[in-house]
Amino acid sequence: MKNSGHEMAYKRYKEFFNIFLHNKMAVTGAVILGVFIAIALIGPEVYPFDLQSFGTAKDVMNPPGTNHIFGTDDMGRDVLGNLIAGTRVSLLVGGLSTLISMIIGTVLGIYAGYFDNIFSMVIMRVTDFFLVIPWLPLMLVLTAILGTSIWNIIFVIGMTSWPGTARIVRAQTLSIKERPFIERIMSIGADTNHIMIKHILPNVFPLVFANTILVSAEAILSETTLSFLGLGDVSRSSWGMMLHYAFESGAASIGAYWYFLPPGICVVLLVLSFTFLGYALDEILNPKLKRR
Amino acid sequence: MELLKIDNLKTYFKTNKGIVRAVDGVSFSIERGQAVGLVGESGCGKTTTALSIVNLLPDNGKVVEGSIILNGKDLTKLSKDKLRKQRWKNVSIIFQSAMNALNPVMKVGDQITEAIMYHNYLTRDEAIKRAQELFTLVEIDKDRINNYPHEFSGGMKQRVMIAMALACDPKLIIGDEPTTALDVIVQAQILNLLNKIKEELNTGLLIITHDLSILGEICDEIVIMYAGKVVEKGSTERIYNNHVHPYTYKLFKSYPDIHGKKILEEPIKGSAPSLSDLPAGCRFHPRCSFAADKCRIEEPVLKEVSLNHYSACHYGGAWNE
Repeated sequence: MKNSGHEMAYKRYKEFFNIFLHNKMAVTGAVILGVFIAIALIGPEVYPFDLQSFGTAKDVMNPPGTNHIFGTDDMGRDVLGNLIAGTRVSLLVGGLSTLISMIIGTVLGIYAGYFDNIFSMVIMRVTDFFLVIPWLPLMLVLTAILGTSIWNIIFVIGMTSWPGTARIVRAQTLSIKERPFIERIMSIGADTNHIMIKHILPNVFPLVFANTILVSAEAILSETTLSFLGLGDVSRSSWGMMLHYAFESGAASIGAYWYFLPPGICVVLLVLSFTFLGYALDEILNPKLKRR
Repeated sequence: MELLKIDNLKTYFKTNKGIVRAVDGVSFSIERGQAVGLVGESGCGKTTTALSIVNLLPDNGKVVEGSIILNGKDLTKLSKDKLRKQRWKNVSIIFQSAMNALNPVMKVGDQITEAIMYHNYLTRDEAIKRAQELFTLVEIDKDRINNYPHEFSGGMKQRVMIAMALACDPKLIIGDEPTTALDVIVQAQILNLLNKIKEELNTGLLIITHDLSILGEICDEIVIMYAGKVVEKGSTERIYNNHVHPYTYKLFKSYPDIHGKKILEEPIKGSAPSLSDLPAGCRFHPRCSFAADKCRIEEPVLKEVSLNHYSACHYGGAWNE
């Protein structure tokens, strides 16, 4: 019967990894994402690429071959190098804009859920406003106004993708704040900030975490969309910019599949890996969906 | 001197249906090392009385009259901030549902040290040491402070709640149905533990319950409430042996006696009156089989029927079947 705390904690982690490793979706997602992260971290060092190194006329639109494994683009640049450099940008945009979106969504969601005052009402109406207006035109207008640097793109995606999180967090906060343990903490004499940070946040966190992964997928897609539409950062390689140039140079109609397929497949795979992970973690962390 | 003295406490709630008189002139007192049981049906104002003591009433509730004197200080006259700061040091609560009164994503040890550190200037290590001491006191292995609530059984969670209530050495502990939802064996263990605390630490206990059987185990005095009023109070022995108020009589009668005949006693007819629409006269008269005309008109007051035994019935025990 004796079971010390540390043993129990160890058992819990072991149990989590056991469930995780037996979940095919989770493992597939983790492997794909892991490969992309590895490429983003070490790829550009191993396989250097310069966006400005235009080739000569004979280098333009070469099909895959010995010199260029994935062929060359309409300006004679190596497609594989561009693709590897773009991985870094896509993950950076996905990660940072998700972070912004999560912080805004969680803070506003907990505030609006915990308090029942005029501010929480205003917050929820603003959230509704952001939910209702179509995000693409909004993003287009914002990037057009702010300029097309990568940091602006991150900011714009972060600013437009938080409402869903805010709603979910608010709903969960509403339920948690009515539970007896919150009353108990109040009776101890804890103040509001303490209750929100130490007790409500950890309870909504699994939800935020699962949601984060799904928002990352969305953010990566948004970046690709913006770049494809010509609102990307021209000074950096990204999968969206590649698709944009491929479309402009008519790669699809002249049959240059090596130009538009790799970035397209990469976007799909990365988004898929996030989606797999998100659903799998939701299944593992949400006790209601747990299959035992 | 008494540890807690509640005098003519009136706590009302403002609702859409009018004013609800949840607690309407309740008086009783508790001394150090004494356990007092507050008994009554659901909705008779037991929990509201307790919440008034710790000032945790919902926003629409207010103490409108009376005084709650704890250790010589009138709690109804203190500012909210002052009350909050000294709450766990003076009075602590063992909550009704231990299953839900612990944060599921926080280690139980952290939840106890949280309470300690909120009120005492202790370092984290000292607080952890204190939590371990408390765990030993409530007879749980002290290494288990690193566990999460779901790794405890129901009875153990209740012990954790008791340990938490003891965290800041309070002078008074309020147990809001501390043994509800526990099986009888665990119930007995918890009651023994409460008895031990009462005797060893000399704290006052206020036990809120509707389970008469636990009163005899632990309480020195009993206060019986009906519809926001005290109908009878006195020492446990006296109340057990001599029910002066018809409500007490019926309440005790609705429990089968293990030595008596095996018949199911008739429950008290009807249900407790709505606290926003109380009957005239004695609040119990619509359900009282001995009610006379006087009971329908005049409201009885709490009178001493024998030494330290009070009852609010016009007939003071002179009714009979």
